[in-house]
Amino acid sequence: MKWEVVIGLEVHTQLTTKSKIFSPASTAFGAEPNTQTAVVDIALPGALPVMNRAAVEKAIQFGLAIGAKVNQRSIFARKNYFYPDLPKGYQISQFELPVVEGGQITINVDGVDKVINLTRAHLEEDAGKSLHGDFQHQTGIDLNRAGTPLLEIVSEPEMRSAAEAVAYAKALYSLVTWIGICDGNMQEGSFRCDVNVSVRPEGQKEFGTRREIKNLNSFRFIEQAIKYEVQWQIGEIEDGRKIQQATILFDPDTGETRMMRSKEDAHDYRYFPDPDLPPLVISNEWLERVRSELPELPVAMQVRFQQQYGIPAYDAATLTSSKALAAYYEAAVAAGADAKLASNWIMGDISATLNREEKDIDASPVSAVALAGLIKRVMDSTINNKTAKDVLKKMWEAGATDATAADVIIERDGLKQETDTGAIEAIVDAVLAANPKAIEEYRAGKEKALNSLVGQVMKGSGGKANPAMALELLKKKVG
Amino acid sequence: MQTIKQLSDLLAAGKTSAVELAQDYLAKIDTLNPKLNAFVTVDADKTLAEARAADVLRAAGNAPLAGVPFGHKDIFCAEGWKTTCGSKMLDNFVSPYDSTVVAKMKAAGLVTLGRLNMDEFAMGSSNENSFYGAVKNPWDLNAVPGGSSGGSAAAVAAGLVPAATGTDTGGSIRQPASFCGITGIKPTYGIVSRYGMVAFASSLDQGGPMAHTAEDCALLLNVMAGFDERDSTSLEHAKEDYTRDLNVPLAGLRVGLPREYFAEGLASDVAAAIETAIAELKKLGATVVEISLPNTKLAIPAYYVIAPAEASSNLSRFDGVRYGHRAADYDGLTEMYEKTRAEGFGWEVKRRILTGAYVLSHGYYDAYYLQAQKIRRIIANDFQSAFAHCDVIAGPVAPNTAWNLGEKNADPVAMYLEDIYTLGVNLAGLPGMSVPVGFGSNGRPVGMQLIGNYFGEAKMLNVAYQFQQATDWHLKAPTL
Amino acid sequence: MSLSLDDVRRIAKLARIAVSDEEIAATHTQLNRIFGLIEEMRAVDTTGIEPMAHAQDVALRLRDDAATAPNRREAFQAVAPAVENGLYLVPKVIE
Repeated sequence: MKWEVVIGLEVHTQLTTKSKIFSPASTAFGAEPNTQTAVVDIALPGALPVMNRAAVEKAIQFGLAIGAKVNQRSIFARKNYFYPDLPKGYQISQFELPVVEGGQITINVDGVDKVINLTRAHLEEDAGKSLHGDFQHQTGIDLNRAGTPLLEIVSEPEMRSAAEAVAYAKALYSLVTWIGICDGNMQEGSFRCDVNVSVRPEGQKEFGTRREIKNLNSFRFIEQAIKYEVQWQIGEIEDGRKIQQATILFDPDTGETRMMRSKEDAHDYRYFPDPDLPPLVISNEWLERVRSELPELPVAMQVRFQQQYGIPAYDAATLTSSKALAAYYEAAVAAGADAKLASNWIMGDISATLNREEKDIDASPVSAVALAGLIKRVMDSTINNKTAKDVLKKMWEAGATDATAADVIIERDGLKQETDTGAIEAIVDAVLAANPKAIEEYRAGKEKALNSLVGQVMKGSGGKANPAMALELLKKKVG
Repeated sequence: MQTIKQLSDLLAAGKTSAVELAQDYLAKIDTLNPKLNAFVTVDADKTLAEARAADVLRAAGNAPLAGVPFGHKDIFCAEGWKTTCGSKMLDNFVSPYDSTVVAKMKAAGLVTLGRLNMDEFAMGSSNENSFYGAVKNPWDLNAVPGGSSGGSAAAVAAGLVPAATGTDTGGSIRQPASFCGITGIKPTYGIVSRYGMVAFASSLDQGGPMAHTAEDCALLLNVMAGFDERDSTSLEHAKEDYTRDLNVPLAGLRVGLPREYFAEGLASDVAAAIETAIAELKKLGATVVEISLPNTKLAIPAYYVIAPAEASSNLSRFDGVRYGHRAADYDGLTEMYEKTRAEGFGWEVKRRILTGAYVLSHGYYDAYYLQAQKIRRIIANDFQSAFAHCDVIAGPVAPNTAWNLGEKNADPVAMYLEDIYTLGVNLAGLPGMSVPVGFGSNGRPVGMQLIGNYFGEAKMLNVAYQFQQATDWHLKAPTL
Repeated sequence: MSLSLDDVRRIAKLARIAVSDEEIAATHTQLNRIFGLIEEMRAVDTTGIEPMAHAQDVALRLRDDAATAPNRREAFQAVAPAVENGLYLVPKVIE
């Protein structure tokens, strides 16, 4: 039987605020345990929460960025359950009235666009950390993370494969980092995914029973976990067993998923409006200000790149995959580089070298302006493409920030193309003399025959001859 | 018996010092507290240190209440003081921070004589639900002092402190004030900061002063009240001088008498005392109008859903992990939680946590919690309709005078029913106060409740003050 | 409606309060007395009435984003039942 996979994601994005969502304690990562806790964060008796404006603003930014409805009145509710890293015995979250409802994210899998609808995004506080390793029969609790603002982004169950789920997670990731509401540091848990997976026979209307894979903090794990879980569920059903709704964990070492013990009885959260927090009200003025300050979004920028620079959709998509990359490209073009050449160089040699050295574009030793300087020399055929690649290598090693960096190297190493007819002619004659056979073939109508000769002329000139000029001379002499 | 006003005048005149006063009161506490059990903690060194600081502050000038001693209900976190909330759960909890109320009173130079006994986590109307034992009513040691601020009321009535702080979630300032023959005011919700005040039911809790006179309450409310950015429910309300209207004559004042507060269930001796007091108000120029609060009876079920619901969540933080009691032996995390909470909480608290957990649990929310919230709105609206016809509402605080220790312990519901006249005020978030107006047939005090509209504190205090200028019930003191 | 003994056990579990069998019985009786009192409320027609969650009808006040809280770990952990290396200790949690 053919099975259809149904996947929905709940993504917890840590918002980039200086202080916690309900307390003035720092959210900086990596401090000594429990040194960043105010009375609210360790839930001392009598402690009260006070909402952080910046967290709300970032939620608004997200809502506007995905074309969602930003609720101008939303409610904070208490989600009640006992867990050592949850100091109050309840998590302040949003339940019936979240701050953001609806919205869409477009993903692209194998060149095909698909729109994923979002259910909601709500503000809530992060829990602390339970450290199991350090002690024998005990767990250590660090509450530095407790109260870090989270935006939980919930998608509709509209993904149909691990690839789509990963594409969605990546698209969401690039959006929240693009608009700067999340630092995107997945190792530090800034972007954590809960994945709901179920399977159903193809064609069946109603969903199968879902299992929720908790806390996946890498795209690779998302893919592995889903693939394993899907096979497991199909196996169960085909062996005649029913899937029980469950919260499960993915173990990257074994590549398997397993039931989560601690969540077994956490089914009745007794949500109710938090009496310590009146309704969150967002004014029109605020909404409009945030809207006006929103940066140009990737999708809009892609369209503009195609129109403004006349580059193909593929180039535009690649160059807008990150804000920094897009900025680098625009700087290069602004510095005089041909739009398409700049795109080729950035997607080609530059990206390749960056990947090899595991750097991102901000760390490129060759600045956009320096790259433009190089490309201009190709444009005015001071050097040919092959030489340009060598020059770029040298620029990369030495580090090149200003527009003349390429010129300096070209001058120093004498890489200028040979355009003196006399000098090239001598080489051409030598090559012709050595290749009577090729001449025969050419005369017999085999155009290509001369190409190999051009190659030899280039070789003879140490790569400095102008290929076009060489070909022209060959034709003339053989002609 | 001395009032805050008298003491601050003596201090101002240099006839006494903060240290002297502290020593006198500490001596009184030493001899009389064993009879009453009004205090959970007395710490002479801390008190005298505060007193010495207060004398310095007064010398520096412009600190009218500096050196005046008082007692704190053991629910306000005070750095360095044990803050137990009447519970075994917090028996070992020395607060690492100050509540806003504590900080404000400290800044004014008021001197803490000690920490006053209370019903555990402020849940109760008799002060019998305290880990530290029941408090006795100074008027009759066989009687309860009322609750939950029973230690505060008993200590003031017995003269162990000239005034005290209290909190009122369903009557916990007004009812003990009434049972002990003192004056107490529960302000408009949001006037006194809840920051650092151990939460029982967050949307109902409100702190306030308890003292002998309306004037003393006004003076203390001036210190306790004020906007606090650390409490999201604190109201951004302009600072008031609550003494400003004390001397306004009552001529033309419209006093509303809710029919339902004088209906069946009200003891005849209490009714008689209230009616005499109303007559006195008329003599002072007030006119009386009958009003109706038709849903008064519904306040009890609505309150006993909302308060436990909020409490069940508020008390989840007491889990033995970061502070407070932790069971000695347990097998695993869940048992640690369950034993810790079973040992740390008394039965009234457990009952309310369980009630609250149930009304919020899956499938019951709409039928109980949401319905209670709607009835809360109806009750609040009833008060607004009533205030269209009157300036203040007057009636009894409780249907009966103080009952005997142990009399109502067997049946929690019997005790809940005694709260019928006070619960509505908390549900609506209105200010209410209790003023001594006489004694019942058993010689136990009777209090009259005054209810004002939102921010009506100055008006209520004016009415109470004028009444106290014409009567001396508030000056009567028990003999111990 | 009234609570069953199992209801009482369920909410005691939910509230993390150990209750012995004898206590369950007594608690069961008392809770049903309390719910008897609460029942009066359920018959009331409240259609069209806005639930009242807060005593005052105000909007949430927002705080500026500033990390001003000092490190008070020592003071806070002075009252903790079990700490080691700055961590609060609890019985091993199995996720």
